[in-house]
Amino acid sequence: MASDPAIGVLALQGDYAAHARTLSACGVEVREVRKPVQLAELDGLVLPGGETTALLKIMENTGMEEALVAFHAGGGALFGTCAGMILLAGKVCSPAQRSLGLVDIDVERNAYGRQIDSFESVAEWLAPDLAGEDGETSLPLVFIRAPRLVRSGKDVQPLARCRGDVVLARQGRVLVASFHPEMSSDLRVHRFFLKLARQKNKGRLSPAGP
Amino acid sequence: MNESTKKSMAGADGNGRPAATLRLKTGLAEMLKGGVIMDVTVADQAKIAEDAGAVAVMALERVPSDIRKDGGVARMSDISKIREIMKCVSIPVMAKVRIGHFAEAQILQALGVDYIDESEVLTPADESHHVDKHAFKVPFVCGARDLGEALRRIGEGACMIRTKGEAGSGNIVEAVRHMRTVMGHIRRLTILGDEELMTEARELGAPFELVRMVARSGSLPVPNFAAGGIATPADASLMMQLGAESIFVGSGIFKSSDPANRARAIVEATTHYQDPEILVKVSEQLTEAMPGLDIRAMDEKDLMQTRGI
Repeated sequence: MASDPAIGVLALQGDYAAHARTLSACGVEVREVRKPVQLAELDGLVLPGGETTALLKIMENTGMEEALVAFHAGGGALFGTCAGMILLAGKVCSPAQRSLGLVDIDVERNAYGRQIDSFESVAEWLAPDLAGEDGETSLPLVFIRAPRLVRSGKDVQPLARCRGDVVLARQGRVLVASFHPEMSSDLRVHRFFLKLARQKNKGRLSPAGP
Repeated sequence: MNESTKKSMAGADGNGRPAATLRLKTGLAEMLKGGVIMDVTVADQAKIAEDAGAVAVMALERVPSDIRKDGGVARMSDISKIREIMKCVSIPVMAKVRIGHFAEAQILQALGVDYIDESEVLTPADESHHVDKHAFKVPFVCGARDLGEALRRIGEGACMIRTKGEAGSGNIVEAVRHMRTVMGHIRRLTILGDEELMTEARELGAPFELVRMVARSGSLPVPNFAAGGIATPADASLMMQLGAESIFVGSGIFKSSDPANRARAIVEATTHYQDPEILVKVSEQLTEAMPGLDIRAMDEKDLMQTRGI
């Protein structure tokens, strides 16, 4: 299909294969991205779950951080889950570490505790955009040593809540989740991201756009 | 272990925590994929590992090559040491227990470690039985040399399998043998007819349901990592190319002449395992690797891989 967006998944470390499987189930072909040059021609990129201290170290030598900022500036859509959300955040605490600052949120790492505190739940509130075709308003949530979104700026749109916290949010073409939609068989969150990525895809076909 | 202890360990506990599902237990292993898990004995080493890009650290009393050298009984690490390690790093902390020593595992779970390795590297506490890992909320990793062993451990509740290799040898040959054996067995299962699977299960000594699951999916139902003898970036790349999803490095880092740089190099080699140019770059700065042992010159009694099969 001509309007299929070109989607990549950052494959430095983490559950990138699970994201690739979920995106395949959405009917999209996925490219693994390990070097900045592989971002060319992509409309959207998924930053998977993993360990952010390791991811930051691995990105140091390849210039990947600068490349991701440039990818965003060039109209690319980004979707970060768990560690991916931490990388995209404006500010990170517990402990403090650098981040890309592509979404105006503050994030606390491992905020719900250690592995023994990892939990499964369902969304207490879900934005209408995410409701299923059958009107399904609940969404399964898998939290693994999860971060918590502790502050979001005025341009950030909350999309789901659990335990009183925003667990899914969007700012422009950036989507972040503190849980792992790739660990459940529900495709709605990934489909929502594909919609964001298609916006760049459209822009590419008609360069006259803003 | 009595029934009420069992229930309180795996299910909802007094702190209102819900039961751990298989998805949560294997989920953490999914997050560690494409990464390097490093053996550490003290907090300083854990910090070096985290700074080098380790996705997790494994706390143990002595690294395998020292256990081999010093002999004696190797046990679960000191609680105070594990606690210091947990305080000092933000990445997951794993710790080893002796095979069959479910009381050590109960202690580690109460301490809050993120993963337990029921490991042949420590001196076995039970020569006939492994820990019933379903009874725990904390996920377990176990070593295996072949598919039967891997599926027996998964049947007992392991949520991650690693090759045993030969720990502390600095020699990759056994890890290669074990990974090739497991992957070869899996491929073989996928071409068998359904009527052949029961006989195959009997020969593997593995639970039939798991054998059928592997035959249909063509992969283990849990993540499959490599361990035992990895000492260089090239070793890490080799294991990843053979089908490992992550790398454990034991003595290979802190028994080398420059742990921080070697750790960093192995991390990069694990991410870029299919990119020889990057492998050249990360390998050329390194000083001496740990000394290695010829497995064929070793006594049968000195092998760790034959413990707990």
